[in-house]
Amino acid sequence: MRRNGPFALAFHAAFVVFMLAPLVVVFLVAFTPEGYLSLPLHGVSLRWFRAIGDNPDFIASFWLSIRLGLCAATLATAAILPAALAIGRRQFALRQAILVFVMSPLMVPAVVLGVGLLRFLSLFGIQGTFTGLALCHAVVIGPYVLRMVLAAVDGLDANLDRAAVSLGATRLRAFWRVTVPGLLAGIAAGWMLAFISSFDELTVTVFVSSPQVTPLALRLFTHIAETTDPLVASVSAIIMGLTLVLLLLLDRLYGVDRLFSGTRA
Amino acid sequence: MNRHAGQPYLLCAPALALYGVMLATPLVMTALLSFNSYSDTQGVLLTWSLHNYASVLTDEYYQAIFLRTLIVAAATTAFCVVIGVPEAWFLSRLRPRWRGLALLVVLGPLLVSVVVRTLGWTILLGRDGLINQALTGLHLASSPIDLLFTDTGMVIALVHVLIPFMVLAVWTALGGVDPATENAAVSLGSSQVTVFFRVVVPQIVPGILSGGLIVFSLAASAFATPALIGGRRLKVAATAIYDEFLVSLDWPLGASIACLLVIAVIAIMLLLSRVAERRTQMAELADAEA
Repeated sequence: MRRNGPFALAFHAAFVVFMLAPLVVVFLVAFTPEGYLSLPLHGVSLRWFRAIGDNPDFIASFWLSIRLGLCAATLATAAILPAALAIGRRQFALRQAILVFVMSPLMVPAVVLGVGLLRFLSLFGIQGTFTGLALCHAVVIGPYVLRMVLAAVDGLDANLDRAAVSLGATRLRAFWRVTVPGLLAGIAAGWMLAFISSFDELTVTVFVSSPQVTPLALRLFTHIAETTDPLVASVSAIIMGLTLVLLLLLDRLYGVDRLFSGTRA
Repeated sequence: MNRHAGQPYLLCAPALALYGVMLATPLVMTALLSFNSYSDTQGVLLTWSLHNYASVLTDEYYQAIFLRTLIVAAATTAFCVVIGVPEAWFLSRLRPRWRGLALLVVLGPLLVSVVVRTLGWTILLGRDGLINQALTGLHLASSPIDLLFTDTGMVIALVHVLIPFMVLAVWTALGGVDPATENAAVSLGSSQVTVFFRVVVPQIVPGILSGGLIVFSLAASAFATPALIGGRRLKVAATAIYDEFLVSLDWPLGASIACLLVIAVIAIMLLLSRVAERRTQMAELADAEA
């Protein structure tokens, strides 16, 4: 295996700086004692973290995003898990078509899906409701669940299932006692990735939310578009902290490299 | 096994129901909406004509928006290729222990909200931002350069947001490259630069292509980054659609912009993959003759 030379390492270092700079900057600015976004810092203060407490809008949006993520990720997993098993284990005529169909939210521009859902949900009068938003998010994050579960199904030997049946287990019992435990890490990783994606989703959310139902990403976006005070930085710092915790958890559970490339679509 | 022939479809039924109702129907409705018309007093009128398309395609305002979208997406894709391909190669040659950490740095930002990442760039790119402080401090620029609210700023932030997709696609393709080919080239006296351009790159063209297509389509339809970096005046297709739907409320016109965006992205992606396919075929032919 060949090693990287000094140029390669310098390039890589510059790349890492480029990737981390905007995140580090937001994190640092969150600790500013000033009333505006400024760097370098003159002193450190938790003023803007305390300010979050005075903004019930942000706190309400945070809890809404958590509930939304829980509902949407669970809904998506429940709807897609059986399909993933069928696609991963069985050969049937429309297999490839169904796979492409469920993966397609990754390919359709989110803004186009957003306006379509706005039109569709407003006809049924559920535009701007929590239910409507959860359904929209479930569709947008579904591909991540499918991808993770498919990768897990691929990695699980189908013979284990057959062995259980040949030893006298019913198909249902073999499914619950053999297949599901074997897929659990993949299902959990898919669910978590879906939750994070729902938490971060903005482009579809912009169209299908309402002033009463505003998830955190959208609240942050609207706030930044109007004014940029360090409050958005402190909220972002907290979001990054939570994301980092989930990311490390996912890495332990599944491995980041497999997390993003474990696809066969 | 015939007894179970319908079973896969039964298993797929929940997913198909969800996606049929919440994906296919809204998209079809958007396509239909683009043929309707809008009146200030009565809202959407169910007339059927192509007049929305005609007015978008002939209006200089929208032509400029589509041109900007195209240029920004093309520039973003080009930078992602130039930076992302070598980076993926360097990554693949790191020691395993460092590689895990480096992958976390490259791919981790994908999980951080685009809004947060773009906020970082608005702080860095501002007139008194760190980049301008560094440039004037090092006397590389006499006065601050305008980066925020410009196309350049938009491209910088979009490259940051989308480059993980490029690195990932190339990384996957590199998995299929036999290190023996590199070693053979080096043992025959090639420099590392030659190895990269003559041995590695030709083997990962499909990876670069699929990464490029993902980056291009995401850049052309990006919403959050252009909205925050471009401000209210610098519009791209996605932010123009937002304006029509949520500000001027002319939904049919907005739907026609959305359809045009989809058509343009698909057309360019097909064209690109055709061209690339033909070039690979020609290269293979040339190789076979040589």
